[in-house]
Amino acid sequence: MLQNFLNYLNQNVTPGQAGAYIWVVIYILIIFAAVSVAVIAMNWLERKILAHMQVRLGPMRVGPHGLLQPFADALKLLLKEDIIPTGADKLVFWMAPVVVVLTAFTTYIVIPFGPTHAVTDMNIGILFMLGVASLGTLGIIMAGWASNSHYPLLGSLRSSAQMVSYEVAMGMAVVSAVLMTSLTGLGVYGIGGTGDTLGTLSMIEIVRAQMNQHVWFAFKFFPLGLLAFGIFAIAMVAETNRAPFDLPEAESELTAGFHTEYSGFRWSLFFLAEYAAMIAVSSIAVTLWLGGWLRPFPHWLGGDTWDTAFSFFPALTFFVLAGLTLRTTMRMPKHPYFKIQKTGLGVFGLLLGAIGLVLLAPPVRDRIQDIYWFTIKVAGFMYMYIWYRGTFPRYRFDQLMKLGWKFMIPAGIGVLIATALAGVL
Amino acid sequence: MNPVATPYFFYGLAAVAVLSAIAVIMRRNPVHSAIALIFTLLSLAGLYLMLYAPFVAGVQIILYVGGIVVLFLFVIMLINIDSMQREYQFNKQWLVALLAAAGLGVLFVAVYVKGQAIFPQHAIRFVEEKNTQQVGKMLYVDYLLPFEIASLLLLVAIVGAVVMAKKRI
Repeated sequence: MLQNFLNYLNQNVTPGQAGAYIWVVIYILIIFAAVSVAVIAMNWLERKILAHMQVRLGPMRVGPHGLLQPFADALKLLLKEDIIPTGADKLVFWMAPVVVVLTAFTTYIVIPFGPTHAVTDMNIGILFMLGVASLGTLGIIMAGWASNSHYPLLGSLRSSAQMVSYEVAMGMAVVSAVLMTSLTGLGVYGIGGTGDTLGTLSMIEIVRAQMNQHVWFAFKFFPLGLLAFGIFAIAMVAETNRAPFDLPEAESELTAGFHTEYSGFRWSLFFLAEYAAMIAVSSIAVTLWLGGWLRPFPHWLGGDTWDTAFSFFPALTFFVLAGLTLRTTMRMPKHPYFKIQKTGLGVFGLLLGAIGLVLLAPPVRDRIQDIYWFTIKVAGFMYMYIWYRGTFPRYRFDQLMKLGWKFMIPAGIGVLIATALAGVL
Repeated sequence: MNPVATPYFFYGLAAVAVLSAIAVIMRRNPVHSAIALIFTLLSLAGLYLMLYAPFVAGVQIILYVGGIVVLFLFVIMLINIDSMQREYQFNKQWLVALLAAAGLGVLFVAVYVKGQAIFPQHAIRFVEEKNTQQVGKMLYVDYLLPFEIASLLLLVAIVGAVVMAKKRI
């Protein structure tokens, strides 16, 4: 048993491909837990960052700097009365949040956190992700219809119209990235290394193609890769119903949109699914255009010395976080009222430092690197999501449709054709 | 990696497909029918996977479940369900329906009886890893002209739908 475990560590394929069922289950559990923790962290960060953007303090009362606020919220949601409206279609009302959460988490099966750190690698990876992500719409439609109320129905109608129109632009951008896996572009652009002549849809192979061609696809065929990436980055905000495209839950017009009638635990499932879907589409963008698990400049700054230097980054990040936490602890008021908070924050800071120390150990360092770079790129996208919300006013629905159909889709098709031309010329 | 417990997966998926297909025609509420249709289409996608055609399975999920059923639900939500449920749900066409169903049944039985002679016992297995590439090669190299004709036909259908739906273009 133990030997099996140790043997697995030396393999360089994903557990799904190796057929190691125990590891598949372990990976799924780890991903589920990690995503849930990330959602909790996002909940806190979003409030704090938005507050600071608007020159407010944000949550400050529950725990030091409001760190325990998400847990208090979770507790509140669990204890809240679970209401099903009288006229609601009970079965569909019950199914809707389950469908939304299931689809949001199913996409994580193929996300490559590293060359071996994915549940499995499918040869239709990206297609699978887009397909399952589009199923989330069904859950939203079901929720809106089953509530038997006007606001949710309007919200879900908007959601489905929005998703159907932006999915096309998204698909075009994705296809142009997939096209790049087979086109080395040595003709006109004259950059890059060797690559397969056969394209691929597998998430891991797409990242491998970027490694072999010595370029992230966002910078390939400049500016075509960047344009496709931009189209995807806009479409993905619309797909996840986030500001400035959050019309399905526009509170000024529709109360809370499709989840108006939901409360308590069911509502928190929608919340969980929304953030899980945000992380999932961000990881598509990272995999397709930003080199997935690759560290910055793996070839330009290649060699063992640079490899070692870059492998200290995960530990360094945790040390910086620990340092910031301890500095905040020092600066807390010297009143006895703050004593418990101060101890708690201090212990939290020391914990972060301890994690940093563990990450310094060479075997851990080597294994954690790719996950770190992937996570840090996805975290950048999550910050962008919050930034958009703090910056852009909400679109009107006709503006949204105009942007989708009259700008994004033609631009997507144009980029696709131009990419194909740039590849064969 | 070798497949495991294939017959059980097949029977499970087939049972879900058949049961939900029955639910599609048995439910009075069109939204319930559409949701049952989702389950049918998803289990069909699973069956395609079992036939070593992952690309077809993925396209099935994206196009049928993610696209077409979403449009179905979109349309259903725009019509008035309450008044529709009160209307009489059956046409008096049972004779035609019976003949059609009997014909289809005979066809199924014929295929089941004679099928072994027509189809080889073990169909040629395509390499699963290169399924997408093989489909692409078939469509764009071997059968380019028929494929383009089919896409032209679809374009004509789209233009026709727009012309019929819009009074003033």
